[in-house]
Amino acid sequence: MPDPQVTLPLALAHGLSEEEWRRVLDILGRVPTYPELGIFSVMWSEHCSYKSSRVHLKKFPTSGPRVLQGPGENAGVVDIGDGWAVCFKMESHNHPSYIEPYQGAATGVGGILRDVFTMGARPIASLNALHFGRPGHPRTPHLVKGVVAGVGDYGNCVGVPTVGGQVVFHECYDGNILVNAFTLGLLRADKIFRGCASGAGNPVWYVGSKTGRDGIHGATMASAEFSEETEQKRPTVQVGDPFTEKLLLEACLELMETDAIVGIQDMGAAGLTSSSFEMAGRAGSGIRMNLDEVPVRETGMTPYEILLSESQERMLLVARRGCEEAVRGVFAKWGLDAVRVGEVTDTGRAEIFWRGEKVVDMPVGPVSDQAPLYDRPQAPPADLAARRELDLSAVPDCRDPEGALLALVGSPALCSRRWVYTQYDQTVRTNTVRGPGGDAAVIRVKGTQKAVALTLDVNPRYCHLDPFEGARLAVAEAARNVACVGAEPLAVTDCLNFGNPERPHVMWEFARCVEGMAQACRELSTPVVSGNVSFYNETHGEGIFPTPSVGMVGLIEDVSRCVGNAFCEEGDAVVLLGRTRGHLGGSEYLSLLHGIERGTPPPLDAGRERALLALLRELACEGKVKSLHDCSDGGLLVAVAECGLHSRAALGATLSLQARGMRLDGLLFGEDASRVVATCAPAMLQPLLDRARACAIEATLIGTVGGEALVVNVDGQRLVDRPLRDLRAAWEEGFESVVKRR
Amino acid sequence: MKAAVVEFPGSNCDHDAYEWSSRLFGLDTARVWYTSRDLAGADLVIIPGGFSYGDYLRCGAMAARSPVMESVVEHARRGGLVIGICNGFQILCEAGLLPGALLRNRTLTFLCREVCLRCETADSPFTRAVGKGGLLRLPIAHGDGNYFCDPETLDALRAEDRVAFRYVNPRGQTDEAWNVNGSLDAIAGILSEDRRILGMMPHPERASEALLGSRDGAGVFESMMATMGGTG
Amino acid sequence: MKARVHVFLKEGVLDPQGKAVASALRTLGFEEVAAVRQGKFFDLETGPLPAGEAEARLQEYCRKLLANPVIENFRVEILEP
Repeated sequence: MPDPQVTLPLALAHGLSEEEWRRVLDILGRVPTYPELGIFSVMWSEHCSYKSSRVHLKKFPTSGPRVLQGPGENAGVVDIGDGWAVCFKMESHNHPSYIEPYQGAATGVGGILRDVFTMGARPIASLNALHFGRPGHPRTPHLVKGVVAGVGDYGNCVGVPTVGGQVVFHECYDGNILVNAFTLGLLRADKIFRGCASGAGNPVWYVGSKTGRDGIHGATMASAEFSEETEQKRPTVQVGDPFTEKLLLEACLELMETDAIVGIQDMGAAGLTSSSFEMAGRAGSGIRMNLDEVPVRETGMTPYEILLSESQERMLLVARRGCEEAVRGVFAKWGLDAVRVGEVTDTGRAEIFWRGEKVVDMPVGPVSDQAPLYDRPQAPPADLAARRELDLSAVPDCRDPEGALLALVGSPALCSRRWVYTQYDQTVRTNTVRGPGGDAAVIRVKGTQKAVALTLDVNPRYCHLDPFEGARLAVAEAARNVACVGAEPLAVTDCLNFGNPERPHVMWEFARCVEGMAQACRELSTPVVSGNVSFYNETHGEGIFPTPSVGMVGLIEDVSRCVGNAFCEEGDAVVLLGRTRGHLGGSEYLSLLHGIERGTPPPLDAGRERALLALLRELACEGKVKSLHDCSDGGLLVAVAECGLHSRAALGATLSLQARGMRLDGLLFGEDASRVVATCAPAMLQPLLDRARACAIEATLIGTVGGEALVVNVDGQRLVDRPLRDLRAAWEEGFESVVKRR
Repeated sequence: MKAAVVEFPGSNCDHDAYEWSSRLFGLDTARVWYTSRDLAGADLVIIPGGFSYGDYLRCGAMAARSPVMESVVEHARRGGLVIGICNGFQILCEAGLLPGALLRNRTLTFLCREVCLRCETADSPFTRAVGKGGLLRLPIAHGDGNYFCDPETLDALRAEDRVAFRYVNPRGQTDEAWNVNGSLDAIAGILSEDRRILGMMPHPERASEALLGSRDGAGVFESMMATMGGTG
Repeated sequence: MKARVHVFLKEGVLDPQGKAVASALRTLGFEEVAAVRQGKFFDLETGPLPAGEAEARLQEYCRKLLANPVIENFRVEILEP
């Protein structure tokens, strides 16, 4: 079949705007060929070019004494000392996962693994943030089961433990689920590989799986809203092959042990096109390729299809001249294709041949990094004031705290995620010191005393009510989670999930979220080293809540000092660190028990948060505490209940609280920021309180660990007295009730 | 004393098995690629877990027919020790070195969690340090760990005291609720006729350091060390 | 030669996937479904084989690799000699 005639309508059908089409004509000085049009359309898609977000992303702090590689590469790299570094990134695979949950989620994991090992790092842990529609939505159980199985089967097969993450249910995701995959890898600080095609004359190699027609225009799909028409795009979903990924991972790491590689990059979204253009673009070089050499697994593939295919488990690498045998040898050992498809040039142009004909001849720079940039119009949502209005006088105070607690711990939002994480191999590679269920996962670094702590966080409801503060709170909570295992927060990766950026209120929310995250990252000295933006999470004009997922990585110098979040021993003191004011705006309590999702999120005092983070780390490192647990969604009572539910010995506690004029629901279930539930041996109580006071952190003895029940007295009145096993039953059955619903 | 860890395309617990043998127990340990027929003079061969050949066709089926397995069979015939863990157990069954097969978990999902095991015999090179009735807490991580064999084989395994481990509840009693993958007779690990080959689904190599939450798996390696120390 | 090899679980071997499919079909309203057994088939293409040997050769594929005699039976079918 001959290539279609390239015209403006065809360009519009490819997602280019009229203005972009004129720019294409300007750059080339002629009408593009069909493959060239395909290249422009994917390289300038939102997904690849960040054209709507780039002007905002510049606000992130991206450097720091430990940052070895910031944004702009396949993943960020942070120094952890002793010659070691960690490399990490988070990426979305939202649209494909909604269409085909199992393969969409699986290939999302595959992509992020490749982003990490292409930097020379061995992936050692993964997390994922999954946001689904409301539990009662007819598609939700199917999507949950498919996504969880897809994430699990891929990571399990490759042998990278999945050690934590986040699962959120909300009706705003009914038509647009979010699947954000995070992977962290370990590498030597002086052996970082980059996606750079330098050195004219160096050969360009294609390695990994063969190319098929799958996923053609996946990148443009991720840059458009959903509608019935998108259902037609179903055949373009890619299928993952984790076995080949494992072989590719081992082969690449083995070849990286030699000095054969100049640059290497995953063929991710927009496949061969984006990898070759980005690699040449970073090096300021040119590239010449012969598509006849590309291994294909379908007959009759056109240059357009070969260039735009998103077949999985493929990499493009530039090797040093003369290292051909090393490249061939390693990939042959692992049974993978490794084919020389071209070479680096110094022309600054991409010249691509097929059957002796030059089918692409275009300048690399203007395509790869001079994509159009948009500072799109912004306007606050029309209902913003209404969202923030909360008249608590119209909400009766809690009369049944015990019932409310049972409802909260058994709710889809807060119940145990065990059904999910038992499907993930959490312990392969024997580094998992603390896996799922903790405030942060802890992965030791073999051969050192060190460990890294990792977590993902965001409260979309907070971001909906106040995108700036919501994003700030997400960074703060992530840092607090990492500090609760005794780690120093180091750096951040993000996945910014939003609706259609062409709508001014979405763009406004996006810009505020970025500013809030940027401010919190500066306040807490945790630079952003990598990230991803996913727009167009919208169906029939209904967008999701702003969802800036924050991935935080922390460092523990002495892994033997890390602490968990569970009660440890009968008789230990329970201390609440931080100030309680009873803030209910945007809380889980109001949402679940009163159906109210209004108000403002709790205020965050950055100075106090910083002091708290330092205190937590000190208490852990000096062995002054036995457990630390962040107090956030669901408030104080839920946090204390979780300490009991996570304890192996099923330890309860007795709390004695003072209301001091606060509403009871605010005291028990309010979500004031910067609070942590700590436990310590009785002998450590005074030193702990003294240290907290010295750091200007409020610290209150609120109870004692012990017994089989959770007992809560407020102003001397017993309001809760419930066996922990009842709470456990509700907590453990909560998730099954979501997935078994029909 | 020497050990060899056999590596297939898709093995992913090979590194863990290597660390178990070399770093934790100090054995001179070789890593043997599946195309090799040279087991490097090993006294102990470890077939590690993972997803050899992606678990495609049937778990362990293609690995069982690779060149290195001919040497493993030869090693076993000479009375050498072989331990297969998880996918390693599946490979040993597919290779015919152990009876039975591992089917899909009864939950139809992958299961990664801690289980309780009861050691059913002290009479083996892998369990003497654990002792009959000894309880171990070990992680499992598999999608196909549901042990199956025909009634005659089951009778023989029982009569010959070849069930090495059973899944039990934390009090040490067999209990279907704790036989999480649905294995026949709650079987978690079995021995060959000559007792020199052990296959087990749970991962002792992941539970041999206090830092990782359990040292219960160390007993299995200590038993093997004692055996090899005794016999040279 | 083109051939199809069917591999299925022996009678008596528990088939949890088949059970799940059966129950799913019943939930969809197909109450008449009594039992489902899940199996698989392989479509093979080979070079030319002498007519008399093809069947035996295919059986050997099954015994050596495609089926696990502990739990599975097989049936071979020659589609094009």
